[in-house]
Amino acid sequence: MVTKIMNWFDDRLPLTATIERHLTKYPAPINMNIWYLAGVLLVVVLVIQLASGIWLLMNYEPTAEGAFASIQYIMRDVEYGYIIRYMHTTGASAFFALIFLHMFRGMMYGSYQKPRELLWVLGWITYLLLCMLGFTGYVLPWGQMSFWAAQVIMSLFGSIPYIGEDLLTWIRGDYLISGITLNRLFAFHVVLLPLALIAVVFVHILALHEVGSNNPDGVDVKKFKDEDGVPLDTKPFFPYDITHDLYAIGVFLIFFVAIMFFYPDGGGYVIEYVNYEAADNLKTPEHIVPSWYYTPYYAMLRAITFPLFGLTAKFLGFVVMAAGIAIFVALPWLDRSPVKSIKYKGVYSKFFLALFVLSFFVLGYLGSVTSTPLRTLMAQFFTVTYFAYFLLMPIYTKYETCKPVPDRIQLS
Amino acid sequence: MQPKSPPNPGRRKFLIGATSAVGAVGIAGAAVPFISAFNPSAAAEAAGAPALADISKLAPGEMIIVEWRGTPIYVVKHSEESLSEIDKNLERLADPDSETQVQPSYAKNKYRSRKTGISVLSAVCTHLGCAPKYYPQLGVVDFDSEWQGGFFCPCHGSKFDLAGRVYTGVPAPDNLTVPPHYFKSDDILVIGEDGDVA
Repeated sequence: MVTKIMNWFDDRLPLTATIERHLTKYPAPINMNIWYLAGVLLVVVLVIQLASGIWLLMNYEPTAEGAFASIQYIMRDVEYGYIIRYMHTTGASAFFALIFLHMFRGMMYGSYQKPRELLWVLGWITYLLLCMLGFTGYVLPWGQMSFWAAQVIMSLFGSIPYIGEDLLTWIRGDYLISGITLNRLFAFHVVLLPLALIAVVFVHILALHEVGSNNPDGVDVKKFKDEDGVPLDTKPFFPYDITHDLYAIGVFLIFFVAIMFFYPDGGGYVIEYVNYEAADNLKTPEHIVPSWYYTPYYAMLRAITFPLFGLTAKFLGFVVMAAGIAIFVALPWLDRSPVKSIKYKGVYSKFFLALFVLSFFVLGYLGSVTSTPLRTLMAQFFTVTYFAYFLLMPIYTKYETCKPVPDRIQLS
Repeated sequence: MQPKSPPNPGRRKFLIGATSAVGAVGIAGAAVPFISAFNPSAAAEAAGAPALADISKLAPGEMIIVEWRGTPIYVVKHSEESLSEIDKNLERLADPDSETQVQPSYAKNKYRSRKTGISVLSAVCTHLGCAPKYYPQLGVVDFDSEWQGGFFCPCHGSKFDLAGRVYTGVPAPDNLTVPPHYFKSDDILVIGEDGDVA
């Protein structure tokens, strides 16, 4: 009976073939480790965000007058509304935590190298979309931090020479941040950006299944195949990978719900306390801090305190911040190393990757605290080291001695 | 089997080019409403329109508050006496020459005004956006023993002189902002437009 139904579908749709290609028979390298879980967890979080987002939408009111009150209504009056909202806020932080791990995995094992350049670029686009989703979503509750974060971030466009002020008015749709601005950010957050994200994630996975997963050794598993054309050093996704993925999802959800139930503010990092106050365009909060996942870039923005080449410090800060996010896309072409994985790369690559991680964390800390002259100096230093990882890569990957990569995956 | 190459390749090339060009024009045209809809709407423009103020009845030392784009704007007429003493406490000011660009170029003078004697200042403290209060009197006041007249922010104690110049040692970093404005006639002040920049 089941076979009959499947046959009916298969005559009209490549159903079995698609399921086998993308799920059950997808060949996963046998040495994939814990770092490879971030990808599947990201898909889980995407589903959580879509579900909780749609449910929030049922009670949210996208107007300057009603937005803040409707959030309180969701929190207090809607049954389990607070859980739905905390699910969405926790999901936002989880999204970023996981995508950082996912990107770091790619950087560590050279997953961006040929033939996975396009896969990396597509992933980078999802990161950009996430940044935009995070920002637009943050404004929607229309609290003090929502309003002033929008004010600070949008006024960056005003610093662009010549066209800045007009561009800013065009983006805001008003002469100040107002309900008009809120409405357009709302349209982006709930329609445009999620649609784009789903589309790009879909193509990202298609591209992954075309080129195949990389692995911690950076060995090309497609070199040795059995008589059916299946790479020897792989195992089918079902039942081998799916079982440990399900286990990982279970563990992940334990942490996720622990934050969601017991620690939804995350000490002011997941939800900032200032945002419990309604937006007031006449009163600036004492200390404007972005969400934790933007703090490294916020530190870069503030690190540029001097004008240069006739450009204002504010505009240069904006450029450096944007470059800090954009530069990931260039990785496949910056890395000249003959090997993929950090395991076989030379000492310089290891040093610069470690320096990059250190810079990212220090900048992340500096972006979350008020600036002092010493901290500004530190932010400047670590902005330089952050970029050094990327900009010096063509040199240090070319002139270091790498270890030989084995032909086959060696399981110890 | 190779398909036969089409006849008239030149004509086909021209037709493809022409069709693409017309299509591109169509797309550009269709983009116009989508881009324009982002501009401030008529209602937003009306709310952001320049504000007019009649200053004919303003006596020396008096101040009126005009609302423009949702923020209060102070319009002060100074007395001859206070104008002559405007530079009396220069050493206490952080930016007496208005080097920071918080005023249009025509207000970059020691009175920070387009028309000497009339100050047009945004009543938004450059610290955290509270509204500074107007204290025209001289001498001893609650917050200062040698007060030369000016504005005092009750929220965090920032002080500005009568021209809106910020004092040193207060939390506010910049002088009070001077919004764009011009005098349509001797009596009518327009806030929000530069008029003809003299």
